[in-house]
Amino acid sequence: MSENLVEIKNLSFYREERCIYDDISLNIPKGKVTAIMGPSGIGKTTLLRLIGGQLKPDSGQILFAGQDIPSLSRSKLYTLRKKMSMLFQSGALFTDMSVFENVAFPMREHSRLPENLIEKMVMMKLEAVGLRGAMHLKPGELSGGMARRAALARAIALDPELILYDEPFAGQDPISMGVVVRLIRDLSDALGLTSVVVSHDVPEVMSIADYIYIVAEQKIIGQGTPEQISEMKSELVQQFIQGEADGPVPFHYPAQSYKSQLLGEDP
Amino acid sequence: MLEKIQSLGHNTIYIIAGLGRAMMMLLSAIVQVPNPKKGWPLLMNQLFSVGVLSLLIIIVSGTFIGMVIALQGYTILVGYGAEASLGPMVALSIIRELGPVVTALLFAGRAGSALTAEIGLMKATEQLSSLEMMAVDPLRRVIAPRFWAGLISMPLLSAIFAAVAILGGHLVGVDWLGVDSGTYWSVMQAEVDWSNDVLNGVIKSVVFAFVITWIAVYKGYDCVPTSEGISRATTATVVQSSLIVLGLDFILTALMFTN
Repeated sequence: MSENLVEIKNLSFYREERCIYDDISLNIPKGKVTAIMGPSGIGKTTLLRLIGGQLKPDSGQILFAGQDIPSLSRSKLYTLRKKMSMLFQSGALFTDMSVFENVAFPMREHSRLPENLIEKMVMMKLEAVGLRGAMHLKPGELSGGMARRAALARAIALDPELILYDEPFAGQDPISMGVVVRLIRDLSDALGLTSVVVSHDVPEVMSIADYIYIVAEQKIIGQGTPEQISEMKSELVQQFIQGEADGPVPFHYPAQSYKSQLLGEDP
Repeated sequence: MLEKIQSLGHNTIYIIAGLGRAMMMLLSAIVQVPNPKKGWPLLMNQLFSVGVLSLLIIIVSGTFIGMVIALQGYTILVGYGAEASLGPMVALSIIRELGPVVTALLFAGRAGSALTAEIGLMKATEQLSSLEMMAVDPLRRVIAPRFWAGLISMPLLSAIFAAVAILGGHLVGVDWLGVDSGTYWSVMQAEVDWSNDVLNGVIKSVVFAFVITWIAVYKGYDCVPTSEGISRATTATVVQSSLIVLGLDFILTALMFTN
């Protein structure tokens, strides 16, 4: 195992009374693609926000290159965030800017590069996600998948040490999906960027991840390389990997019996 | 009974916590080293959308309010043979009261609601979060320019409102009802005092601008990031700003214009 860029130790997090994470620990190795998988609503995006310092845990440590993120001051946290970026599930593009301006934004904010060089770099990033021809469009004129690819171009604009991808494959057609999968892998292999991918798309994640954590029921229920995960005997893990409705992870949100509710009986 | 006391305590804590958050947000946004290169274009953009785009409603409203004050004033004053006092009557009521107050109410409805909705939508679409993750402080990038733009533009809008209202009064009082133009202007000039009337009107409009813009940006920044949450926040901006402006106006008037 190589050196860890992010280390999460004994993390517990509650949203009001509801426990999201109960004493979990995990490591994100430097220069590798680490995937976080699990059923909907178990707090995978929350984990990314905890790593990004947007949420504070109730207990535990989140170390980024040895610095404990929750205990950093506001100014130190902002300095640290220059080393990371995040692809949001919604894209989160600035709606008052064109695609070009969106991708150029972090470069203009954090570098002193001349405008002609920024222009070339933006075009390179947009070419990588297949949107160079859409650089003058506004986010409102893009489809969901295109908006996410534009956001991906913005996330990789400054080649940060750590990129947090929140559902990068959602809404992509098969061709775009292949490009995005390859791009995430290439960024790690060629530039040594560390990636954390949160996704439901099992085949895509299995094809690019170096290491996978499967989260359910406030815990990490399985971890390992894609091969190790495939061979795990755990019913919980296999149910998720195979996408089976019946198993230890309930498909239905907790509720009273279907029959009694239809008949109008008291729970 | 116990439940009522608990509810009262809960609501009191909620209000105080909200005030604390609003104060912290404002201080974090405005207490910082200025960066003219990045801050100036953002401020200019906001001055345009908050100030320039509010001009039409301010000019139209000011004109009509000046005309109505002149018409009402003339019908009362002429009964006492005091129509020569129409100029100062229009000017004083506009400069001392209606200028700052009506501008503030219009500003809250036009610019305040727009500020809250815009910031709330940025929050709902994770644009504020993405700024944070790009190591760009949204308080500095989004809140501060909007706050300063409101604070600068509203007193100027109030001055424009007063000017066009006095001209509106002239249109009705002099051009329509026949009051002598020289009397309208000269009696106004003699009766309106710079520090007691004009300066106090300016102070009022600055106070109102501070309160409305603060409420507007805070409500957007603190809203529940859903369509219903944004709708509630926008309504709260207009309602709370309007009520606070009217309450503050009474307090300021009592402090400024009573012995």
